[in-house]
Amino acid sequence: MPGPLTDPRGTAAGDTPTRRGTEAALLGFAVLITVVAQAIVDLTVTGSIRPEMAGFSAWIAALWVVAHLVVRKWASYADPLLLPAVALLVGLGLTVIHRLDLAAEQVGSSVTREDAPVQLVWATLGVALFVGLLVTVRDHRALSRFAYTLALLGIVLLALPAVLPASMSEVNGAKIWIRVAGFSIQPGEFAKLCLIVFFAAYLEDKRDVLALASRKVAGLELPRGRDLGPVLLAWVLSILVLVFERDLGSSLLLFGIFVVMLYIATERASWLFIGLGLFAGGALVAYQVFGHVRARVDTWLDPFAYVDGAGYQLVQSLFGLGTGGLFGAGLGGGRPDQVPVAKSDFIASAVGEELGLFGLVAVIVVYLVLVERGLRTSLVVRDPFGKLLAAGLAFAIAWQVFVVLGGVTGLLPLTGLTTPFLAYGGSSLVANFVLVALLVRISDAARRPAAPHAAPVRLGDAPTEVVMP
Amino acid sequence: MNAPLRRVAISVLVLFTLLIVNVNIIQVVRADKLREDDRNTRVLAEEYDRERGSIVVAGNEIAVSVPTEDQLEYLRTYPQGPLYAAVTGYYSLVYGNTALEEAENDVLAGEDSRLFVRRIADLFTGRDPAGGDIVLTLDPAVQQAAMDGLSGVTGAVVALDPSTGAILGMASTPTYDPAQLSSHDPAAIRAYMDQITAGDGPDPRVNRAIGDNYPPGSLFKVIVSAAALKEGYKPDTVVPAPDILTLPQTSTQLRNFNNSRCSGSQEQPLIDALTISCNTAFAQLGIDLGEDKVRAMAEAFGLDDEGMEIPLPVVDSHVGDIESDAALGQTSIGQRDVRMTVLQAALVAATVANDGKQMKPYLVDQVLAPDLSVIDETDPEELREPISAEIADQLTQMMISVVARGSGKAARIQGMDVAGKTGTAQVREGVRDHNWFMGFAPADDPKIAVAVFVANGGGTGGDTSAPIARKVMQAYFEGQGG
Repeated sequence: MPGPLTDPRGTAAGDTPTRRGTEAALLGFAVLITVVAQAIVDLTVTGSIRPEMAGFSAWIAALWVVAHLVVRKWASYADPLLLPAVALLVGLGLTVIHRLDLAAEQVGSSVTREDAPVQLVWATLGVALFVGLLVTVRDHRALSRFAYTLALLGIVLLALPAVLPASMSEVNGAKIWIRVAGFSIQPGEFAKLCLIVFFAAYLEDKRDVLALASRKVAGLELPRGRDLGPVLLAWVLSILVLVFERDLGSSLLLFGIFVVMLYIATERASWLFIGLGLFAGGALVAYQVFGHVRARVDTWLDPFAYVDGAGYQLVQSLFGLGTGGLFGAGLGGGRPDQVPVAKSDFIASAVGEELGLFGLVAVIVVYLVLVERGLRTSLVVRDPFGKLLAAGLAFAIAWQVFVVLGGVTGLLPLTGLTTPFLAYGGSSLVANFVLVALLVRISDAARRPAAPHAAPVRLGDAPTEVVMP
Repeated sequence: MNAPLRRVAISVLVLFTLLIVNVNIIQVVRADKLREDDRNTRVLAEEYDRERGSIVVAGNEIAVSVPTEDQLEYLRTYPQGPLYAAVTGYYSLVYGNTALEEAENDVLAGEDSRLFVRRIADLFTGRDPAGGDIVLTLDPAVQQAAMDGLSGVTGAVVALDPSTGAILGMASTPTYDPAQLSSHDPAAIRAYMDQITAGDGPDPRVNRAIGDNYPPGSLFKVIVSAAALKEGYKPDTVVPAPDILTLPQTSTQLRNFNNSRCSGSQEQPLIDALTISCNTAFAQLGIDLGEDKVRAMAEAFGLDDEGMEIPLPVVDSHVGDIESDAALGQTSIGQRDVRMTVLQAALVAATVANDGKQMKPYLVDQVLAPDLSVIDETDPEELREPISAEIADQLTQMMISVVARGSGKAARIQGMDVAGKTGTAQVREGVRDHNWFMGFAPADDPKIAVAVFVANGGGTGGDTSAPIARKVMQAYFEGQGG
């Protein structure tokens, strides 16, 4: 889908190019990689390209054309790397999931359901929400008005699986699902987004107060005792998630995001240390009290000692990565299906086995690009809410990728989080599309020239806050 | 807020660098170890997708891969069950490969350089690369007779063609069914392994023909005889043969088997001493010859040689330390620290049979490409010549006497002379003796040399092992239409 290198409106506005052409070219590249990779999988595993391939290619191309056109129309100054990075990750994820589908067919697994088409549907829904969000939310600042509503929604979503009966909420020991009528969603993924929006709005409001120092200890300016409330609340919330949902990952994720956003908002490093201290305390108690946490840690320390039990998955993952080596076994050439739940939690080890060190590092670098573009957006955008929101969203991806890939490669204990955009799982994929839509929206605001050409901000009811120029 | 943002950006960079470093460690530094870990079934699984070559004996496949319906495309089967287990080993998902499945894995898996030209052709023709076949030297009749002879006892048999070194039979008991260790069901494999290795009985996985060495007892007297003949002794040279020999500088009294008397005159011709396996005569003879001569002859026969492969690795045989004349006396009757593998015993017999020329033993006759064309063939190779043809002839006469009228009568075969030597080796106080026999036939034109070892048989080499050797040799001649 060739396009002009610069948007005419952009050139008319002055010297800020929209970079939509760059985005289009990169998206084309991502689609090309996706289609070629799919073809390689088919050829390697079955010897011929499946008939649905043409339909799949058209579908995936259409998704990104639509997404691109919507960005071009409604967020024309958006960062040109965000969407292509997502497109590449989603395409690669679909390819690996398809590859694992074929492996399941090969071994004559009783589960004959194909997950790749389902994931494609989720991706389509994700793009639909992406489009919907960009079209309806023209200014990210409008979101701050719903902060407390979103906070409530987030907590409800987070708590829902805990109060539901296990039959409707528990899969493999983690009580993080809502399963209704054949559908299962992980509300935690959406709760994460709601809470980040809330954190951003809340911290924008309270950052001056939270930045007040009471006394200095060892060079650190400590906050006042009564301001410890919010961070303690976030900590308690995380602990509750850990206790009632046995979800180490979300617990770690939420608390980490909150502390980092708190640090960015207040510029007080002391919050990081307080957060770290609370985390260490929580972790220590959790290790002592909860068997499942202890098992995770023990398995992490010496997976080979538990090779026939809890360590099996991680050991298989390490075997896969080691066997893949530098260049990998090639798509379709390895045995990534030997790792249990390779499609979701351990998809990175499938990537590492078949695409090798180079492939896996490339994926990590694509995530890094996504995160750093998000953080750059945060740096450039002018309003504090936007800054905090973009930083929170970008850090959420970074933290999640670090925790998941660290777990799969034995650097950290396993947490059960999903790999954003790559892993099989509708809730995660759709929620992350919303996340990236928000980033695109903020990046558009960040790069859009402040000239009179900028579309007038329509906020409905006039905002009470003064919008910073 | 920009200063902390920049720090967060840098921290993220650091975290991701950690990830990348860790992945490098796993996929580069630890890669080989992870790849080769026994519990990593990936590489093996890849092998199972190829048609592994067969192991063939006399035109029949004794190890063959057959297509399956399950996730591993080929299943390794052993149509003869335990008969050839000692030679083929197993090809196991859980326990890896052993014996020929391991030693010839490159050929069987199609990775040998001799198959390489054909593999490039495979790339162009689109065929799946297949493994080459291994054709063995074994004789099915000999192998069957050896396993039958060993039924119910712990032991081993090796049969050689003396003129080439080709291994005609190699059996070891107790044994196991390699097919059960090579199935695709890890649980069943583990259960079977637990079953065959249960208790503290002899381990069926050990090939006792080459995988362990034992005191040879009186077999060693043939080597001492060879050393004496080389020093100018003749078979009729009269040597001292007292009832009791007090070992030099000790009070240890060395006696004959069952305290029997070798000769009323306390001396006898060398040939008679060997025929009745007189301990005192050979202990004294060894002491008279001296350590150097005895050790030199033993080493000339291949003891203390290291690292033999047939291509299965063979445990070393050795003479051991000889600290004194007393020790030399005990060594000369195959006790003390002398140790021989069953293959080594067969080699000693085969060397005498082959006019003193020791041929290199080998199991693999031919390597076949997947299209069954011969890509490699083993040429017989002379290893060493420890004795002259003349001494070999004298030793043959002495060993014929052993079978004809001495301790090895049970090895006699109607219509032909059999040469041999028995051995009954003390293990230690309270443990039953090992029983040996080595020999060859026909004595005038040897076609087959055999060594039989029965661990802790409790009888004598003559009554326990010689009959097994006879059956093995007879089976060979019957199989040859004789």
